[in-house]
Amino acid sequence: MSITTFVIISIIKSVVVLGVLLTAVAYSVWLERKVSAHIQNRWGPTRVGPFGLLQPLADGVKFIFKEDLTQPHVYKPLYIAAPIISLVFAITSISVIPFGNWVDIGPWGTYLQITDLNIGLLVVLGITSMGVYGVALAGWSSNNKYSLLGGLRASAQMISYEVSLGLSLVGVLIVTGSLSLRDIVDAQRHMHWNIFIQPVAFFIYLISAYAETNRTPFDLPEAESELVAGYHTEYSAMKFAMFFMAEYANMVTVACLATLLFFGGWLGPVLGPPILQMILPVVWFCLKVFFFMFLYVWVRWTLPRFRYDQLMAFGWKVLLPLAVANIVVTALIVAWRA
Amino acid sequence: MLHLILFLFFGTICVAGAINLLAQSHPINSALSLIAVMASLAGEYLLLGAEFVAAVQVIVYAGAIMVLFVITIMLLNAGKEERTKGSRIAILIGVPGVVTGGVLVAWTLLHRPDMQTIPIGALKGDPSDIARLLFHDFLLPFEVTSVLILIAIMGAVVLASRPEAIARPHHSTAGPQEIRELVATGKDRR
Amino acid sequence: MIPLSYYLLLSGILFACGVLGFLIKRNIITIFMSIELMLNGVNLSFVAFAAQWHALSGQVFVFFVMVVAAAETAVGLAIIIAVYRTRETLNVDRVNLLKL
Repeated sequence: MSITTFVIISIIKSVVVLGVLLTAVAYSVWLERKVSAHIQNRWGPTRVGPFGLLQPLADGVKFIFKEDLTQPHVYKPLYIAAPIISLVFAITSISVIPFGNWVDIGPWGTYLQITDLNIGLLVVLGITSMGVYGVALAGWSSNNKYSLLGGLRASAQMISYEVSLGLSLVGVLIVTGSLSLRDIVDAQRHMHWNIFIQPVAFFIYLISAYAETNRTPFDLPEAESELVAGYHTEYSAMKFAMFFMAEYANMVTVACLATLLFFGGWLGPVLGPPILQMILPVVWFCLKVFFFMFLYVWVRWTLPRFRYDQLMAFGWKVLLPLAVANIVVTALIVAWRA
Repeated sequence: MLHLILFLFFGTICVAGAINLLAQSHPINSALSLIAVMASLAGEYLLLGAEFVAAVQVIVYAGAIMVLFVITIMLLNAGKEERTKGSRIAILIGVPGVVTGGVLVAWTLLHRPDMQTIPIGALKGDPSDIARLLFHDFLLPFEVTSVLILIAIMGAVVLASRPEAIARPHHSTAGPQEIRELVATGKDRR
Repeated sequence: MIPLSYYLLLSGILFACGVLGFLIKRNIITIFMSIELMLNGVNLSFVAFAAQWHALSGQVFVFFVMVVAAAETAVGLAIIIAVYRTRETLNVDRVNLLKL
């Protein structure tokens, strides 16, 4: 494959994946509103389009036309940069997520993944670590004691739960033996899904990821009734929309990782003509990701919030020892089997 | 050619970030330029083929250590640093001296007759090869650094806590003023 | 095809900036960040030599340097917080109670 073909195919893949991701982010807002409404025994958006499906479009138009208040007392460079940092790092991690197998379109073939790095999992972890800066700098640049406190609390929470997040993934790595996300999915063929092999790691990963993305029950730093609104108090219109999109894009990344690492990614019954064989894995992947997004929303509107000290104590005193114990037990079992 | 362009791109960001760290007066700006230096160093490691080191650099250095720095700067909130008086003689001798020394070192480094070149992505190391080295040849340093991190965690928790927070629990009914007096006179431990 | 000396030059520049920052700056935290800059310069030369001699142990040394830097950062920042609590300043020139 020549270099120009490679570049053109990569650009097409990036544009398509980015478009799908941004649409998914917009419609996860719709999903949240509908599911929360039905949990609370009301209807949710029903007027804009059938089942309120055009509601995200209306929300987008609203955000564009909303007045962008510019505060006089904020530190301008960081104030504008912080939501951009959050959004950029939230979207970048989709670049190593595989959606399906090899596809052949005419004379060209490619993996359904923007790039297959042999350290794909570490890249996702690294991008998650860098996403903390958006929150911390937003709190700092707003020049406001409530935003500063909210930003510090949120960043302390995020870096605390990053540790147990990474350690819970080490169990999966011991079983698989490779950091490449495609290899991890390939090792789960024939229903050897990692959820059966590493159940403890799955729950630790899910809880740490909920805390990492600042979602209930761990969303104290940004809850509406706490600390005014936490680190995004002073943000309005487009910049607030960027924080919002970054949060939902992080949720999508976590859901994709959970399906890839524990639920077999795109593996599922595949049958029929070749065109169906190329599309069905993507369909299975999307269904599993949709299930995890639904789980996110379901948990949010069911469980109460943790207090901040309970949250930090839980992360350091319960999840971290549990993750380390999981690693030790997994390593012992793998070494005994070999 | 592309290798040279990428090297110069990342290298320029590194040097610009390092000089910006010296030039800025508020520590938060210095911290942000240091983050830029570390991220572009990760790019340099990728050019050398050390992808695992690049990932670990982003996760550990740019994503954890610098977050600690940024959180501490925000917490302590001490503001811009004061300018101390510089002595004029030091600037008159020092700046030409540094420039001369720098040019000398750069000349020696760049004009060797037998410069060995490194192709792009020279290091051929899987993460599994690095792991094999780490757990076989370098096992003792690995274990020693684990103990070192444990000691550092305990030390940091003790050093950064307030004295009344680690006073013995015999005095749980004492108010904060009494606890401070007990700690000051050394009577908080039986 | 980049000569090895380019990498060494970049590493030297970073190290020199670190030393300069350590000597010139008055804020404790900025001095500490210059130490991290020095460590990063050293890491770059480790990896460059590892690439030249095709020895993976250079990368392993980089890990140990990073681990030690992380531990040192944790303890150093805790000390800085303790100093700030008692002396109410982050200027090294003001922490001079032991001066004659």
